[in-house]
Amino acid sequence: MSEILPEDLHYTKSHEWVRKLPGGEVEVGITDHAQEALGDLVFVEVPEAGRRVAAGEACAVVESVKAASDIYSPVDGVVVASNAALASTPELLNEAPYGAGWLMRIAVDGDGALAGLLDADAYAALLAEESK
Amino acid sequence: MGSEPLLSLFRSEDAMGLKTPLYDIHVREGAKLVDFGGWEMPLHYGSQLDEHHAVRRAAGVFDVSHMGVLDLSGPRTHEFLRSLLANDVAKLAAPGKGLYSCMLREDGGVLDDLIVYRRGETWYRLVVNAGTRDKDRDWISARAADYGVAVAERRDLALLAVQGPTARSLVSALLPAPQREALLGLPVFGATDLGDWFVARTGYTGEDGLEIAVSADAVHALWDALRTAGVVPVGLGARDTLRLEAGMSLYGSELDEAHDPIASGLAWTVAFEPVERRFIGRDAVERVRANAPTQLVGLLLEERGILRSHQAVSTDRGRGETTSGGFGPTLGRSIALARVPAGSAARVSVDIRGKPVAARIVKTPFVRHGRALIPL
Repeated sequence: MSEILPEDLHYTKSHEWVRKLPGGEVEVGITDHAQEALGDLVFVEVPEAGRRVAAGEACAVVESVKAASDIYSPVDGVVVASNAALASTPELLNEAPYGAGWLMRIAVDGDGALAGLLDADAYAALLAEESK
Repeated sequence: MGSEPLLSLFRSEDAMGLKTPLYDIHVREGAKLVDFGGWEMPLHYGSQLDEHHAVRRAAGVFDVSHMGVLDLSGPRTHEFLRSLLANDVAKLAAPGKGLYSCMLREDGGVLDDLIVYRRGETWYRLVVNAGTRDKDRDWISARAADYGVAVAERRDLALLAVQGPTARSLVSALLPAPQREALLGLPVFGATDLGDWFVARTGYTGEDGLEIAVSADAVHALWDALRTAGVVPVGLGARDTLRLEAGMSLYGSELDEAHDPIASGLAWTVAFEPVERRFIGRDAVERVRANAPTQLVGLLLEERGILRSHQAVSTDRGRGETTSGGFGPTLGRSIALARVPAGSAARVSVDIRGKPVAARIVKTPFVRHGRALIPL
């Protein structure tokens, strides 16, 4: 599989992406590879603003025609916003996984929270490994 | 029950198994292939939702060659099938018609659900599920010997289902005029030979359509002709949402050896008359017939979320469980089939990841011929 991975994002081994925003916040979504594996998305449940999440904690659910999948917070922090448009248009996750299909924004605790995440090259290597 | 991490969805490509004669075509068509009962089958060819809608609105073609075709012949075949099957092949008075039936164990457990077609005076064809074909062949062969009935598994045949409101007219256009008329004149559950096709007006989608058995050599040309005519390929994903909306049972989900056909909503397929017909499982099913403790019902989710199989259902009569569930694309709502205590009131609650969510028992089918039949 050849896909273009945005170079400015960070990635997790569980196929979430993380975009650094100004002011100590990050935006989180699922990768193009993940949405393709899931198939058509039909339901998304995102956390409410104000919820405290820990890195690795299941905090959202995306459901495709095929299955329900947990989404794990990539960082420690507090949810400041979630994507309300997904309630009526979950297909945004299929159509624009790195853009309009974002899931939530999190105010990250402290600095260096992104240090343990994968960069685009490392995530590409992970995908290559998994497709073997 | 929780959901799965995203990562778990990347493990589908382990045990590669059996391939149908159309495998190369699926690859060419860009199918996402998955393991289904040991068979490597297309899940979808891009979008499961688009494929579902294509069948409701126009026409789609499914490769169902993983299903088993068993030809039974011999002077006592009719008598044998009247003993073997819970439905009564006496309803097939003449060749050219099919009948849906369960095949039961002595204790009433469902070995399989199948369609039996009468092809001649002493020649019948059974089409059985992929996951049960070996078990079925062994069960049938072991009993056929007493009747002198020959059982031939037709591994040389491929099976296509062409389903949707325009399916019959598109397929008929591929035939010369006399055969075209024969095809268009085929009644529901009618079956006939047209050239080297065996065609039946049957299906598993709640839409009009055909199922066609053809030699593995000829199936590529038929697939290509259908594609040229505008019929879209449809994978197992949409096959499942189509049959779920149509309220049809899936072997392994609604049906299994642990449940009799009454508990699985299939009492209508068991022919209790005439009383002197002693089919396998009759005594067991007679015992539960009048007072079955459970019933199979349709559920419509009334809140946000998606129903899935094996979720707990709470009713005023006690606890039940969903047997299949998902998003119904034609309804735009989530639906399920569930086994619940007999007489349960319509308002129920389903446990979705630890949270009780309101649902309502509704009459099935949910969808028939492209239209919702339930109040949404």
